[in-house]
Formats: sequence, structure tokens, C-alpha cells
Amino acid sequence: MNTIKKILGVVWIVLGLAAGYYLIVSQAIPQFTSHRSEDLVPAIIYTFILMPIITGGLCIFGWYALQGEYDETN
Amino acid sequence: MQESSPVDSATHKKNLWKVIGASSLGTLIEWYDFYIFGSLAIVLSTKFFPPDNPTAAFLSTLATFAAGFVVRPFGALFFGRLGDIIGRKYTFMVTLLVMGLATCAIGLVPGYETIGFAAPVIVLVLRLLQGLALGGEYGGAATYVAEYSEPGKRGYRTSWIQTTATFGLFISLAVIMLTKSSMSAEAFDDWGWRLPFLISSLMVVVSYFIRRNMDESPLFKKAKSEGNTSKNPLRESFGKKYNFKFVLLALFGATMGQGVIWYTGQFYALSFLQSVCRVDFDQTNYIIGAALLAGTGFFVFFGWLSDKIGRKPIMLAGMLLAILTYRPIFDRIYQLTDTGNKQELVDQYAVREHMEVNGETGDSLRVTTMERFYTDGSVHTAVQEEIKAAGQSEFSAHTAAGHIHVGSGVFASLVLLVFVLVLYVTMVYGPIAAFLVEMFPVRIRYTSMSLPYHIGNGIFGGLLPAVATYLVAKAQFANDAVSAAGGALANEKPYLEGLWYPIIIAGVSFIIGLLYLKNKNQNVQ
Repeated sequence: MNTIKKILGVVWIVLGLAAGYYLIVSQAIPQFTSHRSEDLVPAIIYTFILMPIITGGLCIFGWYALQGEYDETN
Repeated sequence: MQESSPVDSATHKKNLWKVIGASSLGTLIEWYDFYIFGSLAIVLSTKFFPPDNPTAAFLSTLATFAAGFVVRPFGALFFGRLGDIIGRKYTFMVTLLVMGLATCAIGLVPGYETIGFAAPVIVLVLRLLQGLALGGEYGGAATYVAEYSEPGKRGYRTSWIQTTATFGLFISLAVIMLTKSSMSAEAFDDWGWRLPFLISSLMVVVSYFIRRNMDESPLFKKAKSEGNTSKNPLRESFGKKYNFKFVLLALFGATMGQGVIWYTGQFYALSFLQSVCRVDFDQTNYIIGAALLAGTGFFVFFGWLSDKIGRKPIMLAGMLLAILTYRPIFDRIYQLTDTGNKQELVDQYAVREHMEVNGETGDSLRVTTMERFYTDGSVHTAVQEEIKAAGQSEFSAHTAAGHIHVGSGVFASLVLLVFVLVLYVTMVYGPIAAFLVEMFPVRIRYTSMSLPYHIGNGIFGGLLPAVATYLVAKAQFANDAVSAAGGALANEKPYLEGLWYPIIIAGVSFIIGLLYLKNKNQNVQ
């Protein structure tokens, strides 16, 4: 089980990066450049709130998992 | 290690229900306050955020998004830190007062027509205060009750706190509907909408005086007397790997999945019935209200059960059931309300026409109401408005809208289906307060448990309506583009596409929870 937890750590890191790419490239940039006032708030939230939480959070979580921080012995 | 309660057993028993009652009542009021803003959003937008003004529209979006998503976690950090330094009791009394004052003030703010731009700005600030207060309230109440509870009954005791969010939504809908039914539509639109906000102040005063007489949490009191409280809970919670890794685990392995299931079962179901299925507005509120009322007891049941078999299996079972059955359930809801699946009583088809002429411009408005009756008792009403400018001979279509008032059999089936969705909510939400409290030590508990809870619910859950609506619109757009080109439909059921968001988020949370969470309930020390 500990080995699976560690291997999946890589998956969480990749997932975090993929989510960050999707949020910025597919969501935030088109909304920032749409020049519509109702798009501005979601774009700010994607860039400064969601992206750091999802990408940062999942990458750190994955890194901890890879390091064995969630092993049964810890 | 088994803990021994710092208060003697007799006092403990005597105080326990008082503690649960006072904490739950305050949290219930805070949820009520938070929801009436959302439930009255349409009225508020006409009073404070005129849609033809782009700046006011921007402030409206900010009020909706910022208070729901961004401010709640900040409230969790701000009040969580206070709660871990000065104590649970004083902190959640402050959150109660902030919420109550902000809510009451919203009911007193003059409209945009009276004070201009000051109106939306004041409402935005008050809404942000509501979000901040909510961010601090829940963690305090859950921690307070859990620290009073005896080992082995923490899930049951804290589950009473868990009923408050759903019950708060139910009461907000009930108060609004009662207020509406007690006056004319014009009076409600003119001043009656303020009453649900003002009623809150009475409830807050009562709750404040009840809470004021409560003692501080015994575990916090003990930690404080021994000098074991944290000087800097934020740094300790998020700056130390040992604690921070559990904050991340709580977020990704539990609250993230719980948040999307909570929002799908209560808010997306309501929005799906209203916007996608076009069910009559009042009827949708009755359907959701009945399902919530029937489901509320299960928060307590699953909280109690989590003391017996563990928090993890119940929460994960709720997530798994939701992942597997969301699409069939929502599809069934759609099929039940789709008039294409019903047998029409053709001879009862009725059309009414109403004509109005504008005395000043000479323009004519023709309103055509078409009613179709079905064998199951459902009635579909379509209203078409057409305008003919003065001097022209032809009417041109202006607006078209329709809704279905479902028959009693369909109504009962819809209540049952929404009840199943609420049941999933109770499975993931009932045990989560005890689960979060048990993950963190007393010195940083308020801070550490509040943040993942409010990110999971406020951000992952709060984002659900926007993302789900976007996914449905995108699928519909793709279908329209393909059918315009004469090709086969890209998606047979575009109305179900919005469910991929909760399914994927809950799926990731399920896998993380299954692999990384420990099953054994921990002790609160």
C-alpha cells in the first residue's frame, strides 16, 4: 500500500499541473481578454485563488505522498 | 490513547445538550442569514444592482463570487486564529454578531434609486462580512461541541451541527415563501423582501444571549491553563509539514468531494429543476423543501453510525454512490418532466390571448398563453409575447417562456429522487465535523479544520453552479453547431454534462480518501 501511495504521488503532481494549465489557458486568459466586465471576476478567481489552491495544493500533496509522508508508519 | 474528560460526568451530561443546542442554533441562524441573500438574489439585483449599469453588474458578480468563494476561507483563517488564541466561545460569539449585524443592515440599506452607487457598494461590503463570519462560525461550533463530547459519541454529537446548513436553507426558503404569501406581490417587491433580513436580528439576539452564558470548551480551557495554546496557529498549521500534510489530506481526501456532493444535492438539483427541466418555480421549492426535511434526520443517523463503524467508510460510500448514480438520477428527473414522454389530453388544449396598447407610443403587445394538459396531471404553460410597433402591420416575437406544473405522481417521484441526492449529502456531511476535529490537535484545531472545510465547500462546491452551467452550455453549443451542419448530435444528453464536474472532483477525492485516510477514529486531545 505504501508503494502505491508513493507512485500515485506523481499522478497528483501531474494532475495539479494539468488542472493549472486548463484553468489558465482555457479559462482565465480567454476571460481576461474578452473585455467583458462579468468575465473579469471569474478570471481573477481562476488565476489567483483556484489555480494556486488546486495546482499548488495537489503538487505539494503529491510531493508529500512521494516522500512517504502518508505511509502507515507516519 | 484514551482521553479522560476534564469535566465531571454529571456536569458534562447536564451541559451537553445545552452546548449542542446553543451551538446549533447559532450556526443555523448564520446559514439562514447566508442563504436568504442567495434566495432573494433576483429581488436584490433589481434593488441594488441595476443590470443596465456595467459597474453595478460587476459589483453584483463580485458579491456573488467573492462572498461565496474567496472570503469564506479568509474568514476561516482570521477567526480560526482567534479561536485558537483567545478561545472558541468568544470567537464564535463574534462571528454570530458580525453575521447578524450584516444581515440586518442589508435589510435596511436604501435602494440604488435612493442613494445611487453607495447602495451596491454597501451591500457588497455587508455580503463580504457575511462570508467572513460564516468562514469563522462553523469551525468554532464544530470544535466547541466536539471538545465537550465524550469519546465514542463525537460523530453523533457534532452531527447536530451538521443539520444546520440544510435546515438553514429550508428555513430561509420557508420564511421567504411565508412572507411572499402574506402580502401582495407589489408589497413584497416594494418592502416585504426586507423582512427576512430583519427577522434575522431577532434570532441573533436570542442566540447571542444563550451563547453568552456558555462556558469555554473544557479542552481549550485545560490547554490554556497549562500554557499549551498556540502563539501563532497560522504558522503552526500551515508552516509545519506535520500539520500541513493533514490539512491537504483533509481537503483533497474529504472536504473537496463532500463540498461538490453537498452543492449538487441541494443547489444544483434546484437549479436543474428550474432551469433545465423548467418546472414551476414554487413547485421546485416545495420539492427541494420536502426532500430536505425528509433527509435532515439522516445527518444525525450517519453521524451516530460513524461512531460505530468509522467516519471514512460512510463518507466514501456516499461519494461512491454519488459518482455511480448521479447521471441516472438526473436523467430520470429530466425524463419525468419532459413533455415529450407524456400523453397529452389534446381536447383540453387551451389558448388565451391578451392585448395591450401603449397609450404614449401606440405600440401593441400581444401575450399568448398556451396550456397543454397531460394524463399524469401535469400542465405545461407556454407564454409568448409579441410586439407590433405603431404603424406596422405585423407582430414580431419578443419573448417566449414556458414551465411545467407537474402532476402529483411525478411530484412524489421527484421528491423521492431529490431525497436520494440529499441522502448522499447526509452520508458525506454528517460525519465530517467529527472527522475534521479529530485530525488536528487542540492548539491549532479551529484554524486547521476551518480552512479545508471552507475551501472544499466554498471554492470546490461554490464553483459548481457556474462550472456545471458552463459545461451544459458548451455541450448544447456543440450539438447546435453539429446539427446546423447536418451531422449527428455530438452529445445525446447535453443536459447531463454539468454533472461531470462533481463526478470528477468526487472521484479524485474518493481515490485519495480511500488510499490515504486512516479508518480509525482518532481521539480529541
